[in-house]
Amino acid sequence: DMDMETDQIYQIDVGNLLAFNPNHRFSSAPSSREELVKECVTEGTKLVQAIADTLFNLPSTETNDGPLVQLPPPTTKLPREKHLPRPKPPTKWEEFALKKGIQKRKKDKIVYDETTDKFKRRHGYDRVNDDNDIPIIEAKASDEPGEDPFAKRLDDKKKRVGKQEKNRLENLKTAAKAGALPSHVQLAVTGLPISGTKTQPKKIGKEALGDVAGLAATSTASGGKFDKKLPGEKPPKKQGKHHKYLPVVPRYGWVDEEKEQTNKVLGKLLSKHSHEILNVGKAINMYNDKKEKKKSGRSDKLKAKKDITKKKPYANKAN
Amino acid sequence: RKRFEVKTLGFSSLELKNLIFFLGAVGRVAEVAGKSSVMMEIRTPKTHKAKRVLEKRAPKLVENGKKTLILHGTKTSATVSSVLMELYRLKKGGAIKYSRRNENIRPFESGGETSLEFFSLKTDCSIFVYGSHTKKRPDNLVLGRMYDHHVYDLIEVGIENFKSLLSFSYDKKIAPHEGSKPFICFTGEGFENVPELKQLKEVLTDLFRGEVVENLNLTGLDRAYICTAVSPTKVFLTHCAIKLKKSGTIVPRIELVEVGPSMDLVIRRNRLPNEGLRKEAMKSSKDKPKKKVKNVDQDDVLGKLGRVYIPEQEVGKIPLPDKSKGVKRERREGKVKKNKEEGSASKKLKESE
Repeated sequence: DMDMETDQIYQIDVGNLLAFNPNHRFSSAPSSREELVKECVTEGTKLVQAIADTLFNLPSTETNDGPLVQLPPPTTKLPREKHLPRPKPPTKWEEFALKKGIQKRKKDKIVYDETTDKFKRRHGYDRVNDDNDIPIIEAKASDEPGEDPFAKRLDDKKKRVGKQEKNRLENLKTAAKAGALPSHVQLAVTGLPISGTKTQPKKIGKEALGDVAGLAATSTASGGKFDKKLPGEKPPKKQGKHHKYLPVVPRYGWVDEEKEQTNKVLGKLLSKHSHEILNVGKAINMYNDKKEKKKSGRSDKLKAKKDITKKKPYANKAN
Repeated sequence: RKRFEVKTLGFSSLELKNLIFFLGAVGRVAEVAGKSSVMMEIRTPKTHKAKRVLEKRAPKLVENGKKTLILHGTKTSATVSSVLMELYRLKKGGAIKYSRRNENIRPFESGGETSLEFFSLKTDCSIFVYGSHTKKRPDNLVLGRMYDHHVYDLIEVGIENFKSLLSFSYDKKIAPHEGSKPFICFTGEGFENVPELKQLKEVLTDLFRGEVVENLNLTGLDRAYICTAVSPTKVFLTHCAIKLKKSGTIVPRIELVEVGPSMDLVIRRNRLPNEGLRKEAMKSSKDKPKKKVKNVDQDDVLGKLGRVYIPEQEVGKIPLPDKSKGVKRERREGKVKKNKEEGSASKKLKESE
């Protein structure tokens, strides 16, 4: 059908359900928008029909949902969204094995254990050559007298494991350099680059950073009030007690809040039920504590604050 | 308590604290020549789900379908916001729409792409559609693609004569389903001759294509995008639903019904990818990894050998046939025959009467 007209060969890509007609020319000036739209849709229909012609003639298999066809791979090349996976550089062991000609050998899950004459698993519960199962270690001439051989074994294992972890990290770093880090692994920097001693600087937390910033701020000449702040930096927390003082002279038309505050307290004290409000036991304890403190002459600031509500053993002693 | 006065020298307290921390850490001993070790730590996902997500986002030989990121700039007009909304609806399942306005995204400026690249990395989207509306560029849409989460190419179009999908009335039965694979049709010599239209054709194919599938269900074909190059700078785009009508052959007759949205795209600016990047992005590895077929061996003497594993038969647990009275096939068939005969017999009786 479509091949009969001279210029009407469409470029069809069945894999993408895509069709392109490079040869359609519009009759010079489409009269109205509707005419134009109609013409576009008709041309589109012809293209879809052309794709469907090829599509429905593909071998199909019947399934419960309908006829399933196997689409050919798409022919239009489109750019990838990510790079091709890069080959992993060989690890240090792999290089060594290649050089020495060492072949990989598959290990069995079940191994014969000579000490118990049984077949035990290689890893896991009740395994072959478990470190914890050794009852006796014979002393050698090279051993020092005070040394615990069991602890030494554990220590050696820790060192081996640590060395292996270090090697693994190095291998991953070379892989990351080549851009071939495995997808599930991320290398995270935990501290600043150190030159000199090998001590790792502890990563400082958000609150600690804020405290240090506050310290630095108060040590300035103006107490940190006019310091230029970075975008996103919060204003400094007010140190010391937080008092809210109500205005003595009330605003015109507003309730005298200060008067109300004092009246409230007085009201509670002088009311009929004032004995229920006052916790006599607590008041006695507080009084006694104050007395004790005065006696000992210690200052609150140096010692940790004690919880006054907790009853002390000497609380009800008559002084 | 000791207090020390430190002259600020124009540092902010945040910078000062960094300095204090750094000084505390680096301090005293002389530098070891050359090496400065950066303390690194290996982080692996702690849950299987996290691991699967990371593997899904990793670069692969055969890639996943590209996801689309839809967002808008400082100001949008009603047209632009409805275009973005409808585009999101059309691409539901493979698109992410951001609703907040983004003031610092300017795709065509050198520094204005960093936010876009960050979003692309965060949402794993490789195509983005950025809508905006300014006096100089009214009803503006920037279609862009990413390679390795960096901007690959951009094309800017203006929207004219937009008709929303709500303004089209049609029989609801033919409404296309969400996520169905569309037909994409291009008409007009402009798509071949004009470089901007060529790029637009590629971008629209990428945008509308969806996932690349091997098996397709023919009953699920219900939508088509029609793009016509009306002039060297203008493309008419519309979305239609497909009606399959009976024809004499296996191939049904196609009828397209416009369901919307439809709009005119006027080419404004564009940016093509540089040659090196384009070559790298178009690279594809030809060889498919051969799938290992298990339990099949090739023997020189006997040819192809296979192993068949049968599970152990538990003789005590085999279900025995149901020998209850009414269930046997002979009985059932006998009954059916009897009823038939009776029926016809009764007819005969009736006739004779």
